[in-house]
Amino acid sequence: MPRRLTILIAEDNPADRMLLSTIVSRQGHRVLTAGNGHEAISIFEHEHPQLVLMDALMPVMDGFEAAERIKQLAGDELVPIIFLTSLAENEALVRCLEAGGDDFISKPYNPIILEAKIQAMGRLRRLQATVRQQRDLIARQNQQLLNEQQVAKAIFDKVAHAGCLDAPNIRYVQSPLALFNGDLLLAAQTPTDRMFVLLGDFTGHGLPAAIGAMPLAETFYGMAAKGYSSGDVLREMNAKLKRILPVGVFCCATLLDISLQKGTLHVWNGGLPDGYVIRADGRHAPLVSRHLPLGVVEPGNFDDRFDVVPVQPGDRLLLLSDGVLESRNAQDEMFGEQRLLQVLDDARPSESSIDRIQQALLAFHGQVQDDLSLVEVTLVDGLTLTPAPLAFVGTPQPSPLDWSARFELRAETLRNFNPLPSLLQLLLQVHELRHQAGTVYTVLAELYSNALEHGVLRLDSRLKASAKGFSDYYSERQNRLRALSDGHVCIGIDVSHTDTGGRLSITVDDSGPGFDVERVLQAEYRAEGLSGRGIRLIRELADGFSWRPGGRGISVEFRWDREA
Amino acid sequence: MTITSQLSADDQELTIHIRGRFDFSTHQAFRDAYQSVGATPQRYVVDLKEATYLDSSALGMLLLLRDHAGGDKSDIRLVHCNSEVRKVLAISNFEQLFKIE
Repeated sequence: MPRRLTILIAEDNPADRMLLSTIVSRQGHRVLTAGNGHEAISIFEHEHPQLVLMDALMPVMDGFEAAERIKQLAGDELVPIIFLTSLAENEALVRCLEAGGDDFISKPYNPIILEAKIQAMGRLRRLQATVRQQRDLIARQNQQLLNEQQVAKAIFDKVAHAGCLDAPNIRYVQSPLALFNGDLLLAAQTPTDRMFVLLGDFTGHGLPAAIGAMPLAETFYGMAAKGYSSGDVLREMNAKLKRILPVGVFCCATLLDISLQKGTLHVWNGGLPDGYVIRADGRHAPLVSRHLPLGVVEPGNFDDRFDVVPVQPGDRLLLLSDGVLESRNAQDEMFGEQRLLQVLDDARPSESSIDRIQQALLAFHGQVQDDLSLVEVTLVDGLTLTPAPLAFVGTPQPSPLDWSARFELRAETLRNFNPLPSLLQLLLQVHELRHQAGTVYTVLAELYSNALEHGVLRLDSRLKASAKGFSDYYSERQNRLRALSDGHVCIGIDVSHTDTGGRLSITVDDSGPGFDVERVLQAEYRAEGLSGRGIRLIRELADGFSWRPGGRGISVEFRWDREA
Repeated sequence: MTITSQLSADDQELTIHIRGRFDFSTHQAFRDAYQSVGATPQRYVVDLKEATYLDSSALGMLLLLRDHAGGDKSDIRLVHCNSEVRKVLAISNFEQLFKIE
């Protein structure tokens, strides 16, 4: 079905103009006419014709110049220009094309060929208009999407604050909108002076990938701040994701639990590429994925076993998303593990591996890659970070300052339950303790693990003297705890007034055989290896320290002055 | 077609063949391969002999199949995995959920 167009005819010969005008209007189109290029431009500006039939040679302004101006004025819109020409020389035809001409027709005019050309140009014009509309629509929607993502990211950053990612010993590379690639990086300092770092990678992209990040971050930061162990945090994250994510969506993740005081790294990797421990001398060892990703298995089948690796100041821990290994260059080659290992081998020991990897990726691709995540934690002695503010329960009320309580945790409870976060919440009801909550928690945690590991489970900390024994120690701890059928740990808490303020006394004893206090005290002064740090730490941090008779327990004391 | 499926003569086993890249673009075809069979097979085989690449959304699709096939009670074998495919499955420890051959 032919469509009616408004067509401008620019032709200086009145007879030709009349003839053409008659043919075109008979075909049902609206006709505008101009006698030279100058007039043609003026009519085009006022009437916006949809197609131009343009004579090449005209007085005042010729068709070439007029065509160029009209194309300029039309901008994005396609206004086809058909040159009317008897020009036979190629050179002249080339000039028509250069001026922006879309087609030619020569005298004598054949009405059928002319109409065919007009209709073809009309179709081209409509097609171009559709494409342009769609392009603009896509651009608008993309802009809207980017705006929405920025707002969503800002909300996410508020809810799941950046934790301690800005600590001086953490370096990371992540695109600002990595959240929408499904990448997630979290780091928190715990009340017990441990650092938790989590790198996660949700399957898929966009909103579905981003939406699981929020509850994951909330769980991570909330539980880390309350003093839950890395195992508790991990189990809860898996359970939460399993409950809320549809089947087929999951989160590959590595969780690092770093304690420099103990010289340990607990690492759990479910589905991410190998991370690395890079020693001060440049040697490196992989942190291998041994588990299904988070959100795949039911809580009852979840494997929360961590690998334990001895670490010391100067070591660096590197985690990366699969975007690093799977990024492809123009030849469709993957960067791959071999290239990464080569980069790690080549790096000078003191150098940040992140810089080296980025340089290598840049050289590999020729351009910057932004769909990957890298994080490097350098273990620095004496680095004190402020833990995330502790989550206090309730509004300020008068403190309970004169009370005592005693808990006896028996085998089944020891196997399955971590009492420390609940005890900490209880102790924090005493406002006077809040400013030293981290210290109290550290000491409490040390006392508890001493009683559990050495008293109840009878593990010998001398095992930890070598790196091999070190990991044996922790797997043995796990095995013995699982098999535990009797024994107990008792925790006594006593809060009372003193002349100048108040005091908290914590007594921890256990069902173990006790130990020779003298021998342990002596061993303690020799202990420079991986063991023996716990007791020293407790003595340094607490205001008072004493052994219970027969080495069956330890009492510590914290004091505070009454506020003026 | 990059994905085809075939029921055994006794309707007990469904074999799904994957050719080329096994990623999100094959999502619908993969679902159709096990949802539109007229029978309820007891066993599933995913033949990855001609699969060149497998990404994390493919892992998600395998979990969907596992869910469809009865979750923990499902019987699914991933066969003819090349070394690249095997590696991706190993990093995610999918041998805990599927028989990988």
